[in-house]
Amino acid sequence: MALPFLVPESARLMLGYIIKRLLMVIPTLLGVAVAVFFLIRVMPGDPVVVKLRADGANVTEETIQAERKRLGLDQPLIVQFKDYMVGLVQLDLGKSLWTGQSVAGEIALRFPVSFQVAVMATLIAIFIAVPLGTLSAVYRDSWLDNIIRVLAVSGLAIPGFWLGMLIILGLLYFFNWLPKIGYVSIFEDPVTNLTALFWPALSVGYRYAAVVTRMMRSALLEVMREDYIRTARAKGVYQYLVTRRHGLRNALLPVVTVVGLEFAFLIGGLVVTEQVFNLNGIGKLFVDATARGDFTLIQGLVLLIATVFVIVNLLVDLLYAALDPRIRLA
Amino acid sequence: MLRKIFVAGAGALLAAGSGAAEAQTPKKGGTLNFAVVAEPPTIDCHAVTTFAFAHPGLPHYSKLLKWKGNYDNLKIVGDLAESWEMSPDGLTFTFKLHKDVKFHDGAPMTSEDVKASYERIINPPQGVVSARRALHSDIGSIETPDAHTVVFKLKQPNASMLIHFASPWNCIYRAAKLKEDPQFPAKTVLGTGAYQFVEYVKGSHWSAKRFDGYFQKDRPYLDGYKAYFVKSNAVVPGMLGGQFDGEFRGRTPKERDQLVAGMKDNATVIEGPWVTNLMFTFNTKKKPFDDVRVRQALTMAVDRYAGADALSKISMLKYVSGLLRPGYEYALAGAELEKLPGFSKDIEKSRAEAKKLLADAGVPNLKVKLVNRNVAEPYTPGGIYLIDQWRRIGVDVEHSQLETKLFFDAMKQGNFDVLIEFISDFADDPSAQFDKLLTTKKSSQAASFHEDGKLDELFDKQAMEVDPAKRKALVNEFERHALTQAYSAPLLWWQRIIVHHKKIKGWEHQANHFTATDLVDVWLDQ
Repeated sequence: MALPFLVPESARLMLGYIIKRLLMVIPTLLGVAVAVFFLIRVMPGDPVVVKLRADGANVTEETIQAERKRLGLDQPLIVQFKDYMVGLVQLDLGKSLWTGQSVAGEIALRFPVSFQVAVMATLIAIFIAVPLGTLSAVYRDSWLDNIIRVLAVSGLAIPGFWLGMLIILGLLYFFNWLPKIGYVSIFEDPVTNLTALFWPALSVGYRYAAVVTRMMRSALLEVMREDYIRTARAKGVYQYLVTRRHGLRNALLPVVTVVGLEFAFLIGGLVVTEQVFNLNGIGKLFVDATARGDFTLIQGLVLLIATVFVIVNLLVDLLYAALDPRIRLA
Repeated sequence: MLRKIFVAGAGALLAAGSGAAEAQTPKKGGTLNFAVVAEPPTIDCHAVTTFAFAHPGLPHYSKLLKWKGNYDNLKIVGDLAESWEMSPDGLTFTFKLHKDVKFHDGAPMTSEDVKASYERIINPPQGVVSARRALHSDIGSIETPDAHTVVFKLKQPNASMLIHFASPWNCIYRAAKLKEDPQFPAKTVLGTGAYQFVEYVKGSHWSAKRFDGYFQKDRPYLDGYKAYFVKSNAVVPGMLGGQFDGEFRGRTPKERDQLVAGMKDNATVIEGPWVTNLMFTFNTKKKPFDDVRVRQALTMAVDRYAGADALSKISMLKYVSGLLRPGYEYALAGAELEKLPGFSKDIEKSRAEAKKLLADAGVPNLKVKLVNRNVAEPYTPGGIYLIDQWRRIGVDVEHSQLETKLFFDAMKQGNFDVLIEFISDFADDPSAQFDKLLTTKKSSQAASFHEDGKLDELFDKQAMEVDPAKRKALVNEFERHALTQAYSAPLLWWQRIIVHHKKIKGWEHQANHFTATDLVDVWLDQ
């Protein structure tokens, strides 16, 4: 039991901080679960009617009521809420009103697609934005800076889905080729997987890169005006080392925040891009669930997205500590 | 001839049936890849109501009877039934079944399987949804005198009963499996159809392979098929990029033109009518729509003939007809239809009369809340056309396009003045198509809230009349009365445009997107 004494004080503090933050996730998610349960039920409309009649079928009211009963929608709201919360405590998100399959299963099927696109878009954004943002700041007001700023503003102005459509049309027009429709796991067939997901990642990654480039440029410009940078220069440190060791590291703090938020947003926010590239992801599932009034699935999806945001925020805070010793020591 | 086959690239328009293609000797082999623009909520035929299951799922199953031929040469033929007969009083249907039919697990199919399947439709066990239970409620008993004979005894005559026996949804399941678990069909695909199930990856695809034990020894031709679940906007690029060879619900005129231009001489286009319309329904619980003069005025203001001409170029709306599909033998047509409100070809005269009717009803400056679905095709062009037509007689329209869930809620709650809705089914059948036009006492789908008992009475009479001539007279009387009272008025009937790769042969164009989906006779010319 001497182990705690062998762990450095800073690491123990960090561990305690992580545990505290993770414990705070529970009331946050419970609050989200309660709010979303009641809010979506305020919306008018009967999911069973959509399920059985939307395609014009001659279905009787008796059949509609039987299906409502089967799904438990005839129960008083408080009973439905109790069942939902009891399930939630047991980590059971319930069953989709539309397919009858488990909500967790429906999400698990789509999550890898959205997650991979978000990761790839983030990598594309970082690889483009960090060097370009740095160059833009270092060579401020030069022709290079102007070109990078025009590219960044274009990235913000061009909607990702429109760029996606242009990519599809371009691939068809110039190469008479389209990436394979349907998802293949990267572990099963990496080439097919990457050729299918690279294009949507690129279409959202461009806008993402534009946001990060602008943040990188302004953060670095601000840092380079700091006293410690002037001191480093006065000591005769090379400009390259000043920028890399002192400037870049500090300028990355706001960039990490933006990257984290954008990444979390992409998990559920690729709604239109997933439609354009016909990806079977979380965004498409969210749209379908909302249109069908699939309450249980909407609840599960909102909880998923809330969880992703909470986890990403935690990781961002930990990265802050890794990047800046002042935060770590505080 | 309504159907046209375009040979793209050459730019030629051939007025010919698909029979020319079928005259070739079919080739065996190949996998058919096609798109499905929706995804089914369940894989149980008896519960499902959407084409999203019909296209990928129904090739696994057989039914008692099925529809054969193109829409202008359509007939009911035997599927599992080798022969059948109806008693002269219309109360008994006897089916003789093929003897060598096997389920995909190797078990023989017998009359007990047919009986168990139909009993599941008529009296679904606890927890089982039977979407078409009411349509089969006239079946009193089912007898199985031997392993290959089934006898259905009706409680009363039902003129639509043969159509129901040919319903694409009445899949035959294995009795033993249903006994073990009535929910079995919602979990597992096991039929006697031409194709065996391989896999269903949600949101991605559904694949199947040829069933070597299929009871028609020389069928199917294909090795298998793969259906891709895609959004509608992915169909054109997917076909142009060679990802799939067709989509069998229907495309818009614009998409047809894009595909024809892009696929050049590889595209086959088949066009024809669809047992689906757009109609506008008045809320008779609200004033002034309880006044027949107002309803008649609003239907008389609409120039359906000019609308058919203009809208058919940009949308799925194309044909003028009353309450039944144009070309259907029971539908009112020609001079008889033109006499009814809204169908005169002299639109100026109609509109003058419409204005007078509104003035007589005391609403010369009528304002209307038109509730529509926010589905682009063809609801939006249909709604916009109505707005334009009604403004020509001084009616001010607020167009409210709602999501499907909210739309159905508005319909149920009566939160509309006029509602754009539709009739859609797998076959021409007055009993199915007139249901929405009845009183709310008679039909749970009726949206106009009228209390016109005459329509209910005529409906019941035609439903039980097995003599075709007498039934036609009753159906015509119903249609005349309904169109004159104008609780609901048809705008236009849809056109079904199918574009597929020219290598697909043997596919039949029927006037709906639910039947002709078994792929038994489809082959690839490659």
